[in-house]
Amino acid sequence: MTGFRTGAFGVSGSGDTSGFGGLVRVEPGGAVALHSTERPYGGWFDEVTDALVDAVGQATYDAAVPRVLVDRGEITYFVEREHLLALVQALRDDDALRFELCSSVSGVDYLDAGGPAGKRLHVVYHLTSMTYRRRVRLEVAVTAEDPHVPSVTRVYPTADWHEREAFDMFGVVFDGHPALTRILMPDDWDGHPQRKDYPLGGVPVEYHGATIPPPDERRSYR
Amino acid sequence: MTTTDPYAGSRETTEGRVYTVTGGDWDLTFGSDPLAEERLVVNMGPQHPSTHGVLRLVLDLEGETVTKARVVIGYLHTGIEKNTEYRTWTQGTTFVTRMDYLAPLFNETAYCLAVEKLLGIEVPERATTIRVLVMELNRIASHLVGLATFGMEMGALTGMTNGFRERELVLDLLEEITGLRMNHAYVRPGGLAQDLPDGVEAKIREFLTVMPERVAGFHRLLTGQPIWQRRLRDVGYLDVTGCLALGVTGPILRSAGLPWDLRKVEPYCGYETYDFEVPTADTSDAWGRYLVRMAEVNESLKIVEQALDRLRPGPVMVEDKKIAWPAQLSLGADGMGNSLDHVKHIMGQSMEALIHHFKLVTEGFRVPAGQVYQAIESPRGELGFHVVSDGGTRPFRVHVRDPSFTNLQATAAMSEGGMIADVIAAIASIDPVMGGVDR
Repeated sequence: MTGFRTGAFGVSGSGDTSGFGGLVRVEPGGAVALHSTERPYGGWFDEVTDALVDAVGQATYDAAVPRVLVDRGEITYFVEREHLLALVQALRDDDALRFELCSSVSGVDYLDAGGPAGKRLHVVYHLTSMTYRRRVRLEVAVTAEDPHVPSVTRVYPTADWHEREAFDMFGVVFDGHPALTRILMPDDWDGHPQRKDYPLGGVPVEYHGATIPPPDERRSYR
Repeated sequence: MTTTDPYAGSRETTEGRVYTVTGGDWDLTFGSDPLAEERLVVNMGPQHPSTHGVLRLVLDLEGETVTKARVVIGYLHTGIEKNTEYRTWTQGTTFVTRMDYLAPLFNETAYCLAVEKLLGIEVPERATTIRVLVMELNRIASHLVGLATFGMEMGALTGMTNGFRERELVLDLLEEITGLRMNHAYVRPGGLAQDLPDGVEAKIREFLTVMPERVAGFHRLLTGQPIWQRRLRDVGYLDVTGCLALGVTGPILRSAGLPWDLRKVEPYCGYETYDFEVPTADTSDAWGRYLVRMAEVNESLKIVEQALDRLRPGPVMVEDKKIAWPAQLSLGADGMGNSLDHVKHIMGQSMEALIHHFKLVTEGFRVPAGQVYQAIESPRGELGFHVVSDGGTRPFRVHVRDPSFTNLQATAAMSEGGMIADVIAAIASIDPVMGGVDR
């Protein structure tokens, strides 16, 4: 037996088929594949990694990057937050690296598959080298209790709004950010909506005096 | 009672205490900086004709000079990223298409390319060619709206009416192809929702003969006009260094002279096999951005023509029945995409086919766990999708690096130190779409 499901699609409770009922299932192992790719990584990945080691020093690199994952033609460096700034500075400034553009900063909440020590909140940086036409991904994981990550805005000013969005949606606190405030949600909003334990449509809606409960609290029609 | 009321000083007279109402408390609020006496904080928006949607600007003015420009966004936030986590991979298309509503087909294609990268599948050649075709048509429509609203915001209202008129030509074509003018949900993981309808190729070719003259008309209307030039030249200056620091891509970066176009430097959908130029300017200002967008319309027309030429009969969806929605869908007379043959098969012939159909449509297909980042060149710059799968039938996380969101950060750099009227030109030259900014 590979799994046990109840209801039509694992739905319990209201039998809500609107999709609000939390239909996401986390597979064993989940999205956080904990394995690491061994050298050689292939292609230009080794070149970039060697240049990065040269730029920051072997000792720092070993401490900063506990594992590297090459998957689907993309390389991910899993970075310890203490060394993040040293790494991005080298990635931007070193002649052999030259990742001039920070394309994107996004948060991911691996609630159930948080990996070691429950580091469920991940901040993912996509860096682009326009000189060499390469992309790398940096991933920093922190716990929800201590969600502090150093801000990269001093290296990449473009990260300003991206980090504000990650703070707004996931509650990751970027230390050193010039003005870390909510950006998409109202200033007085409670909670961080894109965390996995924040339900979709989980707030009652008021309309013309009537209050409509969130979908998962509506009556069951089964 | 206090005697130091800032609004009304008082003095004793033989008639009793007399108050002199003095009005504003500007001095108390802003201190005694002599320049600050001229300081005025102006709130533009959240709803204003020249803010490109629901955008709020807080401008600090000294006279007509802008000393500080702050941008407030979020008024159009609809939680699309969160919503996709509760829908199947195929339904994700219908959500992402609504983000940057002027470039829906780019959102869909970037999303589907990311999902296909996760799945490790390649879509049929005809599907890729049609994707290029509709994307470039969409780019023309998007740039036309950008130019039209540019005109409106500069007070050139004929520019607006002409731009929207020309855009209708494209929207008619897209409606013919996809069934909808906007929010098409036409590109699906694995291919397309349906093949091109009969006779649409002739209509696109007719459009290709009409459009160059319309672009020339736009040039005659605006490009040589002295007022237009004076409003745009040297306004909203941002050089390559500034663009890279602020993550600005697309026509703004190309107007600063860097020919960075993902269709050329990081080709997808076979763009490396198409013959087209990457227009640039060296002015780094709103004028350059205007010219780059105008030139890109012509380049897109070239690509559309080449895509039409290389269309060959074939499937528009992958063969794998575990991913492809059943049936070769085509638009029927009722405007719906049902295949009567398929309905006959599942309703009358095969119980297993009915079960499969039901499972695939309601539960969806599984995507192997992992994460990818897929970027394409949207009309506004690098549109990136960071998609994470946990191996289930729904996305674990979809993050969108929307070019409008990133480019809008340049507002302060472009407009501080300039005149208030130039703020409008600067923002219009960024061409932000708030649906994409706020998602």
